[in-house]
Amino acid sequence: MAKKINVYQVAYKNLLRKKTRTALTILGIGLSAWVLISLLGFNRGYEAALNKDIDNMGFQVLVTAKGCPYEAATLMLKGGTGLRYMKESILADILKHKEVERLTPQLMAAIFDPNKGESGGINAYLGVEPATFPAMKSYLKFKQGAWFTDPNAMEAVMGYEAAELEQREVGDKVMIPEKNVELKVVGVLARSGTADDGTIFVPLKSVQKIFDKEGLITAAGIKVYKDANMAELENKLYDLPDVQVVSMAQVKNTIMSLVSTAKVMVFSIALIAILIAMLGVINTILMSVLERYQEIGIIKSMGAMPWDVFRMIWTETIILCLLGGAIGIGIAFALSKITDVLIRRLLPYTPTGSLIAIDSRLGFITLGVVLGIGLISGIYPAWRAARVRPLESIRSEGD
Amino acid sequence: MAPAVNAPIAPLGLNARNLRKIYKRGAEEIVAVDDVSLTISKGEFVSFIGPSGSGKTTLINILGCLDNATSGSLEIGGRTVFSAKKCLSESDLTKIRRQVFGYIFQKFYLVPTLTVYENVILPFAFFKKPEAEADPMHILKFLGIDKRIDHRPSELSGGEMQRVAIARALINKPEILLADEPTGNLDTKRSGEIGEILKNLNEKEGLTVLLVTHNPSLAKIAHRTISLIDGRIAG
Repeated sequence: MAKKINVYQVAYKNLLRKKTRTALTILGIGLSAWVLISLLGFNRGYEAALNKDIDNMGFQVLVTAKGCPYEAATLMLKGGTGLRYMKESILADILKHKEVERLTPQLMAAIFDPNKGESGGINAYLGVEPATFPAMKSYLKFKQGAWFTDPNAMEAVMGYEAAELEQREVGDKVMIPEKNVELKVVGVLARSGTADDGTIFVPLKSVQKIFDKEGLITAAGIKVYKDANMAELENKLYDLPDVQVVSMAQVKNTIMSLVSTAKVMVFSIALIAILIAMLGVINTILMSVLERYQEIGIIKSMGAMPWDVFRMIWTETIILCLLGGAIGIGIAFALSKITDVLIRRLLPYTPTGSLIAIDSRLGFITLGVVLGIGLISGIYPAWRAARVRPLESIRSEGD
Repeated sequence: MAPAVNAPIAPLGLNARNLRKIYKRGAEEIVAVDDVSLTISKGEFVSFIGPSGSGKTTLINILGCLDNATSGSLEIGGRTVFSAKKCLSESDLTKIRRQVFGYIFQKFYLVPTLTVYENVILPFAFFKKPEAEADPMHILKFLGIDKRIDHRPSELSGGEMQRVAIARALINKPEILLADEPTGNLDTKRSGEIGEILKNLNEKEGLTVLLVTHNPSLAKIAHRTISLIDGRIAG
């Protein structure tokens, strides 16, 4: 038999002495790693999802009737209630500006549907212009059917989730409550991962007619030329009467400021979790050192130098942190969908894409952070162990 | 000039002169070892006997480089370990300890999560002398525990655990084996067995053995018995 032994094996086996304590410490570190990687993933995922939502709008500037900027931001991304209207004639004034490449008017109409869900709900219809809207939303693909056959047709194109919810297919009818108007479903969109999935699109003229809003629109989406000066265009648009101009950057900033409070809260929780895990590691390793005080003394009498003992105890800390970190990261990957749902409940607005963007790079970063914390936490117990003099342990046996 | 701490130590004995060890407990000074001079030759088996508090463990700790004396001098293999002019650091004492000594104590201090074999080769995790035992099974067979190598300490008897501790002390082929009450936790039969092992190690392997014991019959197996009373050699 030529089996060998090294400091790392000894350190690993030392951790098996008190299995429950070791397991609990690893669990504590794992939970901290889970919180940390989820937070880092959220930090990245939220912004990416928001950017994707904004990019998928197809336009960079939204002109709406004057009102609350937060409401405008919500309208821009999700559609909203408490709608304000502006005259359709404003489109000609907007088109005059040289920065404007394309323009599409929208009329959002919302109506209470008593048959929706358990206690009724709001049905929203977005009036869009068949000539301009599909060109701006070129990323939208059809699962079934196509866009409207006529700008005045009583037809609907349903987003993927809206069609699923209403159980509609091409050829089916959609009844608008109170108005007693039936729309024929001519298209069902494929899933896009954007707010369009939950929208029912209707020709603009039809929505204006059904809801008695002829000549009115709620918003106009503007696609600007690639090298256009956005700030200059915004200033010019503000010269128009009673409009509000919301740029993509503004929307993003508005929403990011709304979620920043939530982020600070989550960061604080992560910091507390990390501090608790650190204390847990220090406590576990220090307890272990004190329990093995005499044994460490004997190891030193065998020829172990202070650095050998320091390395042994430090290795124990590293093993705890690596195992805890790996478990926490594994949990974060496995439960990212659940974390996503929980965060959606906490935040005032959430984009449609995945909020938690965790990948292997983030996993390695988290593992690095956890390992760093472990190395720092392990310094004091390892130093205490390295300072043990063999005599101190032997003396306790009496003379 | 004294040789460097890392240099190999000549196979000679120990030479202690006027060793004193004073502990301070508040304002009170306790003289644990009082003016002890002795010479121990290589291959000698010396037992230290005396009542509790007589200073035998303190003396053997100084001789075994586990502690520095307050005054006096100690030479091992012709090299000055400490004197009035020289006091070694803990790190330097470690370097001497691992070159020269093997230690066994009343408690066995085996690592409970390691097997018998792993406990025996544990010193190799930290230091291995070039002349260290190439085949640990040789020692394990010599001590009659070669059939227990895969067992954990908790599965062994007290006598077997002390044999494992002896094997661990011998694995790096020390010059001197320092045994401080090695039979203190064992019954008479097991004590006799351990005494026999120490005698065999001295006679067959030529190992210098320093044995501290309360047990007069165990002390008798040594070539020489040094009796200590109140920190002084009484005979």
